[in-house]
Amino acid sequence: MKTFSKIYMITVFLFLYAPIMVMVVFSFNGINSTGLFQGFSFRWYEELFQNRAVLNALKNSLILAVLSSLISTVLGTLAAVGINRMRHSWIKGPTMMLTDIPMMNPDIVTGISMMLLFVFVGKFVLGGNSIMGFWSLLIAHTTFNLPYVIMSILPKLRQMDPKLTEAAMDLGCTPAKAFVKVVLPFISSGVIAGMMMAFTLSLDDFVISYFVNGSNFQTLPILIYAMTKKRVRPTINALSTIIFTVVLILLIITNAVQSRGEKKNIKKKGIRQ
Amino acid sequence: MKKLAVLLLVALVIPLIVSCNSDRPVVYVCNWGEYISDGLDDSMDVNREFEERTGIKVVYDNFTSNEDLYAKLKAGGTQYDIIIPSDYMVERLIAEGLVQKINFDNIPNYVNILDEYKNLPFDPNNEYSVPYNVGMVGLIYNTKEVEGVPDSWEILWDQKYSGKILNFKNPRDAFAIAQFALGLNINSTDTKDWDAAAIKLVEQKPLLQMFVMDEVFNKMETGEAILAPYYAGDYFTMAENNPDLAFVYPKEGTNRFVDSICIPANAKNKENAEKYINFLLESDVALANAEYIYYASPNKTVVENPDYLLYQDEITYPSQEVMANTQSFTHLPNELIEYMNRLWSDILMK
Amino acid sequence: MKKYESFPVSPVEKKRRRKRERQAALITSPYLLWMIIFTLIPMIFVVYYAFTDATGAFTINNVKGLLGLEKETQNVIQSGTFIRLDFVKIFWRSMWYGAVATVVCLLIAYPVAYFVSQMRENRQQIIITLVMLPMWMNFILRTYALMKMLEDTGIINTAFTKLGLPVIHMINTPFAVILGMVYNFLPYMVLPIYSVMSKMDYSLIEAAQDLGCNRMRVFTKVILPLSMGGVVSGITMVFVPSVSTFYISQKLGGGTNEMIGDVIERTFLTETNYNVGAAISLVLMILIFICMAVMNRFSEDESQGGSIIV
Repeated sequence: MKTFSKIYMITVFLFLYAPIMVMVVFSFNGINSTGLFQGFSFRWYEELFQNRAVLNALKNSLILAVLSSLISTVLGTLAAVGINRMRHSWIKGPTMMLTDIPMMNPDIVTGISMMLLFVFVGKFVLGGNSIMGFWSLLIAHTTFNLPYVIMSILPKLRQMDPKLTEAAMDLGCTPAKAFVKVVLPFISSGVIAGMMMAFTLSLDDFVISYFVNGSNFQTLPILIYAMTKKRVRPTINALSTIIFTVVLILLIITNAVQSRGEKKNIKKKGIRQ
Repeated sequence: MKKLAVLLLVALVIPLIVSCNSDRPVVYVCNWGEYISDGLDDSMDVNREFEERTGIKVVYDNFTSNEDLYAKLKAGGTQYDIIIPSDYMVERLIAEGLVQKINFDNIPNYVNILDEYKNLPFDPNNEYSVPYNVGMVGLIYNTKEVEGVPDSWEILWDQKYSGKILNFKNPRDAFAIAQFALGLNINSTDTKDWDAAAIKLVEQKPLLQMFVMDEVFNKMETGEAILAPYYAGDYFTMAENNPDLAFVYPKEGTNRFVDSICIPANAKNKENAEKYINFLLESDVALANAEYIYYASPNKTVVENPDYLLYQDEITYPSQEVMANTQSFTHLPNELIEYMNRLWSDILMK
Repeated sequence: MKKYESFPVSPVEKKRRRKRERQAALITSPYLLWMIIFTLIPMIFVVYYAFTDATGAFTINNVKGLLGLEKETQNVIQSGTFIRLDFVKIFWRSMWYGAVATVVCLLIAYPVAYFVSQMRENRQQIIITLVMLPMWMNFILRTYALMKMLEDTGIINTAFTKLGLPVIHMINTPFAVILGMVYNFLPYMVLPIYSVMSKMDYSLIEAAQDLGCNRMRVFTKVILPLSMGGVVSGITMVFVPSVSTFYISQKLGGGTNEMIGDVIERTFLTETNYNVGAAISLVLMILIFICMAVMNRFSEDESQGGSIIV
């Protein structure tokens, strides 16, 4: 069983990472192509660090992904707890339908309908001031992230025995404290999964961003899609490779630190996994 | 760990807030991607150069197609000062009042524009637009796989090359190929002509490998496909990577387009926009752009400069004979556009 | 849910329940407010467009035109049919591809989630991040890379040729499209299932084993029902977006395996016809709702958890 699970996991990771490897290889291309490989060079890495537009777009994308995933995680966690508690309420059905809409609409429909909303608000509520830009992007990203956060927390909550919270409150916890001490630790894996999905979705969104973006906050996907008028330069491969490597190194360090901590614990306290 | 995350967040947000609070004059520019010299490989960084010469900050953004740009302008949520749509879209934007007249007194460099690019049909009185780049569609083919020189669009219907042929993914360009093959006017207002072209495209569909835009680069360079209609300027960058590729203007004629600089009706920094336009027409700036983009320049000082990389290049600046055989898109009546789109949709879904 | 109501409820319990509901409504309210403003109101725009024409007058022709019920919408390419079969075909194809991709994702993801949940706790987080990491690379680059692998002159076929095997045509086929969908949505299946499986109550599994259940029965009677909530979430998060996806089918399907997402995108952008575009997406939305409702009927029987949607 052990070997089977190892082989299985390796196969799945090969599937997930084969295209990433292709992408990495092309970042070292000697020529300006993402389809044909000739010669080996670092020229795309050199170019990347001179390219203000790409670096700026990367910064914008990261800001947006971090903030929108945080906001949607907070809002979404509260909402999931609330929805889970609504056992008999008539409001539950409509709430869940509402949750499905952003997932269900093709991006283009979400993008254009939100653009219309922001234009409408700008024209009639704010007296002609455009709010399109950073704030509209943040709102849009948070909105399409929310269902994913809720979807990944709800099953976790359903798994939990509601009596646990009640017991905590009987023992004198305020509802807020009971939430932090009892509920949150239990659902943490769902919360983290949701936040990670939100971050990922936000980082990669093009269509919705394109339409709700004003004129002053270009994100990386917008920049890259615009390149497709001509060709996507391997500079983007270089950038992706760097992001990939940095995350990978961070993961390896975390792993090493944690396993060392574990060994210490075992020595000190004699605890075993 | 948590503290670190908070710190990281603060570090990310602060520059954002700070960058919002500057009173420097600005100009908001929205251009095609990869459509301006950006300072790489010792070229000129046009936007930075403009900032240094005038002190006006350039906020630069990209659009992905004429139609995307139109959708955004029509909704009215954006505030660009400069946009660079293609000819037929300029005409539509003028017709719908989405662009404003340019004050040519502020653009003395307009004298640099070649006469043949003045008074173009989409802006007959030269009021709304300044030409930026000129492109032509031709046939790109792989000399190893295709016998002889294919001088006719008909080769895109040749059974022999079935599965190795590409065509444009946008309706106007794809229809134009069929119309040229049939000897029709690409701006015909007779629906019968469009029906004929549609039938021609349906005939082609089983032979096609795929409808493409940017994929054409990879597909042609690797030899996955061997025949494709595409823009002359882009052929150069493909041929750089695959010397087996060749380019030809078919005898039936071809499409020429002019991407032109316009100022949207809701622009807030019109004077800065005019300064920017004037700057783009400077001879050194126009030269840098022409050498970066590889499309034909409408700028006299570039075309007549013997040091220009593409000076008298036969593909970029073809003979009078070829030029006489070109047509440009005009903005069709809305009902006809709808008719064409409907045909296109049915072709794709077929 | 009916069975709970049928018990006589004491007044104290009733009061407690009402308080619970009030609390629930209170903590959900920021979310609800957010979704009403940023989802429901934009949806009203969509409905408005779907039932008006270019001049803003009410019409049902957009929906009718979709079905080809109007004579004048017919042309040289499409003629003589009462219903626009192409639309039906494309709706069907999208649903079908989406369903296949979802099933494949589920089959791949379920064991992954299980194996990860069996690992040491701090390793779990790392593996899960590794599952997500490929999706942090830009979508276009990932799709280009998949294209490069699947092409006739691509990496896989070049390797095949070198080994003396025949070239297998993969690009621009339904296989390539579905593969692209599986690739892009797999993590959205792994994560929810994993999160339910971690910290699953393993005493139940042990109890079942003690009671003489074999592996198969432990799985079907204990593990599967306990993880059902995550499975349902995963199915929703893969099926729903994959039905409406567009870019993948254009790049990997070559434009000959059009999906409804492509049609909607084209209607909005190339044709700038918001009215028909909105009508198509409304129909799509209703179809997806029906699919999800059907799925929930089935999953309700199996899980103790109950429905997620509706």
